[in-house]
Amino acid sequence: MIDITERVRSVWRRNWDAFLRTYRVNFIPPFVEPVLYLLALGFGLGTYIESIDGIPYPVFIAPALVSVSVMYSSFFECTYSSFVRMYYQKTFDAVIATPVSIDEVIAGEMLWGATRGMIYATLMLPVLLLFGVVAMPSSLLLIPFAYLAGLLFASIAMCFTAITPSIDALNYPAFLFITPMFLFSGTFFPLDLLPEPIQYFALAVLPLTHVVSINRAITLPAFAPANLLNLAWIAVATALFFVLAIRLMKRRLIV
Amino acid sequence: MQPGKGRSRGGGFWPPSGNGEREERRDEQAKECCTCTTPLTHQEEQAISDVIVARDLEKRFGDLIAVDHITFRVGEGEVFGFLGPNGAGKTTTMKMIQCVSPKTSGTLEVLGMDVDTRQREIKSRLGVVPQETNLDPDFSAYRNLLIYARYFGILKREAERRAEELLAFMQLEEKRDVVIDKLSGGMKRRLIIARALINAPELLILDEPTIGLDPQARHLIWEKLRNLRAEGNTLVLTTHYLDEAERLCDRLVIMDHGKILVEGAPADLIREHAGSDVVEVEQTPAVLVCLDGLGLDYDLADGAIQVFTNRPHDVARELLEVCRHEAVTVRPATLEDVFLRLTGRSLRE
Repeated sequence: MIDITERVRSVWRRNWDAFLRTYRVNFIPPFVEPVLYLLALGFGLGTYIESIDGIPYPVFIAPALVSVSVMYSSFFECTYSSFVRMYYQKTFDAVIATPVSIDEVIAGEMLWGATRGMIYATLMLPVLLLFGVVAMPSSLLLIPFAYLAGLLFASIAMCFTAITPSIDALNYPAFLFITPMFLFSGTFFPLDLLPEPIQYFALAVLPLTHVVSINRAITLPAFAPANLLNLAWIAVATALFFVLAIRLMKRRLIV
Repeated sequence: MQPGKGRSRGGGFWPPSGNGEREERRDEQAKECCTCTTPLTHQEEQAISDVIVARDLEKRFGDLIAVDHITFRVGEGEVFGFLGPNGAGKTTTMKMIQCVSPKTSGTLEVLGMDVDTRQREIKSRLGVVPQETNLDPDFSAYRNLLIYARYFGILKREAERRAEELLAFMQLEEKRDVVIDKLSGGMKRRLIIARALINAPELLILDEPTIGLDPQARHLIWEKLRNLRAEGNTLVLTTHYLDEAERLCDRLVIMDHGKILVEGAPADLIREHAGSDVVEVEQTPAVLVCLDGLGLDYDLADGAIQVFTNRPHDVARELLEVCRHEAVTVRPATLEDVFLRLTGRSLRE
């Protein structure tokens, strides 16, 4: 049904090579973003907020910054960037004329999107350590977990890419899905401040909620049994969207 | 059997260059051959010499029948052309051969394998020059070839060697490290052909190889394709440049509305469907009356009268003497005459 062999690596490698070609510009966001957010929100706005549940505000938002960065990098890689490769550059067409299958092309794109999320988390970690807002060594777990979270966002992104009529229409998920998640996933204030129905809504359909919970457990560190539920939610959703993305893309590209 | 025929089967394409590649490949083949000492039956021989066999091949997009039950064979070492107006079904047929578009019905075998079940094997032995230039704009000419080689699982060392050779073969050495955007249209097409040869394919499929190029660039590409042909390689191409088809193709089909109208060698098709020559004369009422009087068949085209004939001098003399018309030209019939007679003159969108 889904036809994936080790040839998927050649698709991943193409994107890795392209990323390295422009590494200077690619390396700016993960260094600059946490600095800006920590200064403005953590230490600026944060001076009015002594602590949340006994946690200093910059420490509270640090894991959220990593989660958001992973979300943005993976999601945008597999929406706008993948769409450009598919639609404008016809890269997918070129690749499926070789023994690489369409399944491998799409899977390779998503695995690359996840990798990009992981690269960003890795680069952010030393900045956050410098500010003293994450604990070691537990925070090293941010890196492998960023790959899983990245794969989730990349898979969801690829589903949108598969059904979007044009590159402009990708603004809908960007503004109606990603931006609300950025704000209402327990990122800058705890989820339990929200009315109960909205809390359930966030837990049910906003993947970032689960990612933030786990990352916060990692950086504090403060693991709780509920984190296993977060992890299960992410694992199941990732598997579902991964398969769905390949199916939708096949329907779009194989005619 | 043509020289080079056997060679292209085992080794596939390789551009000429003075290295040991050929010899190596021949050795490999010799080894392979030792394992099959029993003589081939007639059927097996048939299976080997046919690179593509299509029977009753059909492709539908919803209600639209893009390819309407066509049957054809392409033999080893042949240059086989698909001609036809826009929307005739040429590209769709190419895509089915490349295993990127599934057929609706009929049978299609490429290199003796079914396109529905053995896609990877077929694709690994094909070279494809698509109609659209889909080189990777993020990389240089050389890196494009290396990255493409990786999709075939060709090891880095080998890929580097082939890439250098192919750049030389396609006269692109100077553009080795230039990014795609900075290449001219002709260079991009040449690079795509180089890319299509990276896996030493046994069959090269070219969809409009010279579309949008200037005459110099076209002639260079024709020269390279002829080189490949001379080595006994099999090429399948689509084009709507009739001169291109006439120059390159051993055999061709003319398609329209998803059907094959005629099939044959260019010269045979011209003789059969247009006669040896065309006598053209200005279209005036007097000439029309006179031609009717002579009992000659004629076509009306581009404001002129065309008489397709095997005895042009007699026809020209009659027109000059009997009809007393002075603007008479005689020229050899071309594939374009055949094409327009068969597919009509109405514009295709």
